[in-house]
Amino acid sequence: MVTYLVRRLLYAIPVVVGVNLFTFALFFMVNSPDDIARAHLGNKYVSEKMIANWKAQHDYDKPLFINQARQGVAKLTDTLFFIKSIRLFAFEFGMSDGGRDIGADVRQRMLPSLMIAVPVLLLGLLTNITIAMLMTFFRGTRVELVTSVMCIAMMSVSTLFYIIIGQYVVARLLRLVPISGYSDGWFALKFILLPVVISVVAGIGSSARWYKTIFIEEIYKDYVRTARAKGLSELKVMLNHVLQNAMIPILTGIVVIIPLLFLGSLLMESFFGIPGMGSYTIDAISLQDFAIVRVIVFLGTLLYIFGLILTDLSYILVDPRVRLD
Amino acid sequence: MAMRPEFYITDLLILSLFIIFIVGASYASCYEHLRAPWRRVFKKKIAVVSAIVLSVFIAIGLLDSIHVRLESQLTSGVSITNTKSVLDLLLAPLDDTHETSYSAPFASKAFTLTTETSAAGQATRLYKPLQYVSHYTLPGQKLTWVVVANMLYIALESLLLVLLVSTALLYFRAKRQNTPLVSVINRYLKNQNQFPWQTALLTGFIMLFMILVLFHFSRYCHIFGTDKVGRDIFYTTLKSVRTGLIIGTLTTLIILPFATLMGVAAGYFGGVIDDVIQYLYTTLSSIPGVLLISATILSVQIYMARHDELLQTTQQRAEIRLLVLCFVLGLTSWTSLCRLLRAEVLKLREMDYVQAAKVLGAGHYTILMRHLVPNVMHIILITIVLDFSALVLAEAVLSYVGVGVDAATYSWGNMLNGARLELAREPVVWWPLLSAFSFMFTMVLSANLFSDAVREAFDPRAI
Repeated sequence: MVTYLVRRLLYAIPVVVGVNLFTFALFFMVNSPDDIARAHLGNKYVSEKMIANWKAQHDYDKPLFINQARQGVAKLTDTLFFIKSIRLFAFEFGMSDGGRDIGADVRQRMLPSLMIAVPVLLLGLLTNITIAMLMTFFRGTRVELVTSVMCIAMMSVSTLFYIIIGQYVVARLLRLVPISGYSDGWFALKFILLPVVISVVAGIGSSARWYKTIFIEEIYKDYVRTARAKGLSELKVMLNHVLQNAMIPILTGIVVIIPLLFLGSLLMESFFGIPGMGSYTIDAISLQDFAIVRVIVFLGTLLYIFGLILTDLSYILVDPRVRLD
Repeated sequence: MAMRPEFYITDLLILSLFIIFIVGASYASCYEHLRAPWRRVFKKKIAVVSAIVLSVFIAIGLLDSIHVRLESQLTSGVSITNTKSVLDLLLAPLDDTHETSYSAPFASKAFTLTTETSAAGQATRLYKPLQYVSHYTLPGQKLTWVVVANMLYIALESLLLVLLVSTALLYFRAKRQNTPLVSVINRYLKNQNQFPWQTALLTGFIMLFMILVLFHFSRYCHIFGTDKVGRDIFYTTLKSVRTGLIIGTLTTLIILPFATLMGVAAGYFGGVIDDVIQYLYTTLSSIPGVLLISATILSVQIYMARHDELLQTTQQRAEIRLLVLCFVLGLTSWTSLCRLLRAEVLKLREMDYVQAAKVLGAGHYTILMRHLVPNVMHIILITIVLDFSALVLAEAVLSYVGVGVDAATYSWGNMLNGARLELAREPVVWWPLLSAFSFMFTMVLSANLFSDAVREAFDPRAI
């Protein structure tokens, strides 16, 4: 298993390098640093000197790959590519275009993001599996039909609409929770309650339907018939046999996104004013802060690849037939 | 007034897509094995209903994709050019009518107070009457009776139209099969085709009735109210249909040849080609979608700001941005299709008929095009239909994040985006949200229901 892990990690290296090259090309070769500077300083009435100043302040005044002005190793290290791209691998994120330390910001914002993302994942899993099991249990009856149609209807509603209406009804009309904001400790509860509930509700449609297809696929297999023939009740069959076997495809879908939870949710965080990674990303996009966007793309890729490896490991946990080597 | 057609690149793409669709449909209708799954689809009532609703949206989108350039001379001798779509012309004064700000549906006065200073210097606060309101009834007529009479008239009109259209369709069918019209009608009436024609007629009637009623009232007032800058919401919502359709269809169209080629080649050739293609899609798919989209759109934004001279009008700029968005969305979604196709081709290439073709000396190209691609078509079709609704919904989210369509483009995303602030107002402005929601919901819901039926009919796994 160790060799398997090592091999997977080795496979990950070219992918991360590829992503890094891709984002570097996207940010620095499609647009020159001059363009970035101009976008920040406003497109009109900008003198060359102001641009040069801004570039010097933000380390954008270096050549792309090879710095002819320097000697030895510095020829390669004192370049845009090294400073902006290679250093990411050492988790040195540097300064944002707005002049803040990105590393510190990221560390500070991870916790609030997780405060929302983790409950959403767990609650969502619980609700969706329950609904899907009910639909499977009542398959072929009117209950299933109604629930299926409800699911399709629910997945046809834009997430934005759930948020806007949820926020309006619960926070503004009923005044049950604050409209937006965040605080530390136990007081955070009243702020995260609404976004968590809305996220779960918004996710029900597609997830419950997906789980249902997995369950339905399992329920026609031979071992289920055997279990029934032994005289087990349908409920026991569902819980003890079908659920366990259906966990494998469900896990593949879920485990891969667990590391990505650190990145938070763009919509929820910005609507509810939660100072997490999601709102950080949105702010960076609207301020056109390339440094931050680049760091987040890099982090997202690392986390995704980490998630893929975790998925493989989770197979061993739920399916004794799987051996990794 | 001079008039000549003008085509944006998005128009051309969507029109050519429509032509491809028509050609494909008539090709498929010639072969029984291609027709059978579609017949299975249209046996379902729900599929028929959603197909009719969807085709109404498609019709609106197509009408909005044919543009003409109007040149008119002002009295001062200055000539102005205006680009309008056929939909604009149909809805005509609505596209040029601007109120000052919000007004409620069917209102005759503005929603907000304005201060007016009279000649005597006295300031009064009042709700200003709207420009675009005309009297629905003549003096002495009772409103209810006029409405009822008009509704009945429209109902009759749409009933006749539906019957006319369906008779025309049946006539063409009869002509193609060389059978008399009566026997074709008889076959439907006796339900030998198992086509739920009652449902189809009813849906057609209801849709037509609703369109005509909305159009009828839109001649007299702003039926869905106006938005912050005084644009008619009914008009804005209808214009957004095109944006939704373009995002939903062009995105898949742009990536389709690419993804098919890569997926099939990776599965068929294996070896180094497989490795390279796998590396490509793993790399791209490991960047989280929203981030890849925002990174690309940010870059393009700056590029466009820098190269201002390439695009003349704001509308052209908006169209280009829409196209770029489709492209970028495609970039994030082709990987899954590619992966599916590769897996399927890996299975297919070991099949006897492919081996036989190989032994008979067929080249790679023949095997790929004649034996493999036609046999993965159902996967491609299912992906197109399934992706459609997800893409329409994604547009709204991206517009909120700020990397969606241009702010000048009419889109449901932009409308929902504005609704957030409108709901925070006192008193609440609810109509833009409601109309954007109901149109978007109808379109996405019918797309979802339709794709469900298509998947069930085409997917060999689904029983």
